[in-house]
Amino acid sequence: MDPRPGGGAVKVTGAVREQLPVAGPASVRPPPGDGAGGGARAPGAAGEAVGAPAERSSRPRRPATEDPAWIRRGLTALALGFLALFVGLPVAAVLSEAFSKGAALYLAALREPEALAAIRLTLLTAGIAVPLNAAFGLAAAWSVTRFRYRGKDLLLSLIDLPFGVSPVIAGMVIVLLFGARGLLGPWLVAHGCRIVFAIPGVVLATVFVTFPFVARELIPFLEAQGTEEEEAALTLGASGWQIFTRVTLPNVRWSLLYGLVLCNARAMGEFGAVSVVSGHVRGLTDTIPLHVEILYDEYDFAAAFAVASLLLLLAVLTLAAKQLLEWRAGGRGAPHGSRS
Amino acid sequence: MSIEIRGVRKSFGAFQALRGVDLTVPSGELTALLGPSGCGKTTLLRIVAGLEEPDQGEVRHHGEPVADATPRDRNVGLVFQHYALFRHLTVFENVAFALRVRRRPRAEVDARVRELLGLVQLSGLEDRRPAQLSGGQRQRVALARALATRPRVLLLDEPFGALDARVRQDLRRWLRRLHDEIHLTTLFVTHDQEEAFEVADRVVLMNRGLVEQVGTPRQVFEEPASPFVMRFLGSVNAFPARVVGGRARVGGLEFDAPHREGGWSEEPAHLFVRPHELELFRTPAPESFAATVERVTPLGGTVRVELSAPSVEGGLEAELEPRRAEALALAPGDRVYAAPRRLRLFPAGPGDSLTSSGL
Repeated sequence: MDPRPGGGAVKVTGAVREQLPVAGPASVRPPPGDGAGGGARAPGAAGEAVGAPAERSSRPRRPATEDPAWIRRGLTALALGFLALFVGLPVAAVLSEAFSKGAALYLAALREPEALAAIRLTLLTAGIAVPLNAAFGLAAAWSVTRFRYRGKDLLLSLIDLPFGVSPVIAGMVIVLLFGARGLLGPWLVAHGCRIVFAIPGVVLATVFVTFPFVARELIPFLEAQGTEEEEAALTLGASGWQIFTRVTLPNVRWSLLYGLVLCNARAMGEFGAVSVVSGHVRGLTDTIPLHVEILYDEYDFAAAFAVASLLLLLAVLTLAAKQLLEWRAGGRGAPHGSRS
Repeated sequence: MSIEIRGVRKSFGAFQALRGVDLTVPSGELTALLGPSGCGKTTLLRIVAGLEEPDQGEVRHHGEPVADATPRDRNVGLVFQHYALFRHLTVFENVAFALRVRRRPRAEVDARVRELLGLVQLSGLEDRRPAQLSGGQRQRVALARALATRPRVLLLDEPFGALDARVRQDLRRWLRRLHDEIHLTTLFVTHDQEEAFEVADRVVLMNRGLVEQVGTPRQVFEEPASPFVMRFLGSVNAFPARVVGGRARVGGLEFDAPHREGGWSEEPAHLFVRPHELELFRTPAPESFAATVERVTPLGGTVRVELSAPSVEGGLEAELEPRRAEALALAPGDRVYAAPRRLRLFPAGPGDSLTSSGL
C-alpha cells in the first residue's frame, strides 16, 4: 500500500537518521507545537525519501551529537553527492541542452505551432482530469469512510488499481474498449464519435492513471478525523449540503489540494497510457511529453529539451506547492482531539 | 420539556445494544445514565438526539413522537465526549454555527454568542481556535455551542471523560450550578458513579441494554434493585447463600432474610454486605465470620481492612472509621470477628453467578 520511498534510508542505523535531514529538506517537518500534524499526511509523498526518517524517534542510545565527525561529514557528502549525480546533473543537462543554441531558439521551440498545440492539449487534459479527480476522490473517500457496506474492501483495492498496473495496459484497455475493432468501437464510429487516436482518448487515459491521487490522500485523513464534527453539525441543525461545505470541505481542504497538486503533475507528465491511445497526430493529439519524444526522435535535441524544460518547471512548481501545503496542513488541519 | 422513551430496541449486527428500554426524563431535571461500557447508554443518548434510529419503539419529546422530525426541528443540544468542535472555526464561529446555518440576522447572532460565552465564562477568547484552548475550555465552548439555539433538551455524552481529575471536578460543580440556573431538561451519560451522584437529580442504571433501576442517588445506593446495581455502586462483599424458612444461610451462619414482596421461599440467593456495613470485633460476636486480618490500608476518611475467612471464598473487605480502627489497633495476622450490620439479599437468577454481573 504505502510505497515507502528510499528503501535504503530505512536500513540505516539510528545515528545515521539524525544526519539525513542535513542534506534533505528539513522544512518538510511541520512547525513545532503540533506533533499530530505530520502523522495524518503520510502516504504518497514520493519526494520525501530524505525527510521521512527524521520523523521517526531514534532509539534511546547515545545522542547523535556524539557521533564522530567523519561519519557526519561522510554521510552528508554521500547524500549530497547522490542528489547532485541523480537530480542536479540531469536538471543541468536538460537546461544546458535546451539553451545550447541560444535563448532565441529556445523561445522559438516553444512558440512553434505544434509545441503550442501540445501545451494546449496538456492543459486541457489536466483541466478535465483534475476536477473529475476531485469529484471522484471526494465521493470515494466519503463513501469509504462514512458508510458501512459490503464490498468496501474491494472498492479500496480497485482505487489503487491504476497505481498497480503499467500505464501501457491502461492505454491498451482503452484501445480494446473504444478502438475501431474494440467492444464499443463500431457503435461509436457509427455515431460519428472518435475516442482512440483523438483527444477524448487522451483525456480518458489520463483520468484512468490519475484517479487514485485525491482519494488516496483523503481516505486516511477522513478516517483519522472521524465523524463527530459532522454529527455535531447535524444536531446543530445544518443540512447535508451545509455540513459538507461548512465542516467537511474546510477540514479536508489541504489534503484535497495536496492530492490535486500530485494529480495535476501526473496528468501533465503522463506518457505511457497517453502514448498508446493518442496516435501521435502532430499538432492534434500530442501532449507535451509526446511532443518531446517526437522532437527527440527527429534529433532536434535543443527543441526537445526546451519543451522538456516546461515539464521540469512543472515539477519545481509542484514541489513548491507540495511543500507549502504540507506546511499549511501541519499548522491548521492537524486533528486536535483523538478518538478512542 | 420531558422525554419519554418507550420500548426502544437497537441492534448493531448481532450485538443488541438496547433490549427494550422504557424511561421518562421529567421536565427540567438533570438525569444521569449510568452503567459500564457497552451497556447501551450512549446508544440511547444518540437515539434521543436523532443520530441513530431505533429498530423498535419510539421517543417522544413532551408527548410528541419525534421519529420524523429532522435534527433541526428536534432542537436538541448535544455535547460530545471529545468536544467535536469545528477545528477550522474560531470559538465565536463555533458557538454561532447553529445560528448561522439558520441564517439569523447578524446582530442577533452577535448578541447571543456574547451572552453564551459569558455564561460559560469564556468572554475574551472569541478569536481563539479550538487547538489553542485547554480541555476544560473546549468542553465549555462545546456546551455554549449546544445551547445557542435554546434547545429544549440538553444531552451530554461523557462530557468530562477526556479531562483530568481536577478539571473534571470543577466542571461537574459548574455544570450543576448552571443547571440550577437554567433548568434545562438534561440527560447525561457517564460510567462514573461519583460523577452521576454529584451532578444528577436522578440516576438511571443501565446494564446490557436494559434499565436496571431509576431513582435518586440516595435511593439507588441505599435500596439497590438488583445485584448488578449493588455491585456497580461501590465495592461490596458478596456471598452465595440459601434461604430456608425466612433465614439466609451463609458459610455456617444464619441471618434473618430482609423483607421482600411476596416473601421468600426455599431458594438459592446472593447476599451482599457493603464494606462500611461490616463491623469488626476482637471478641466473638453473634452471627459473625471468624476472620484473619490480611492488610490494613488507611484511605484518609476511612481505613480499609482486608480479611481472609475460611468460610468465605475470596475473603472479605471492611471499611472502618479511623477512630474505630485506632481503637481496634489491627495488624496483619490478628484474629477478628466480622459481623454484618446490614445485609441485602437477592434471589439468585438463572445463569447469574456472583462473578459475572456484567462488570
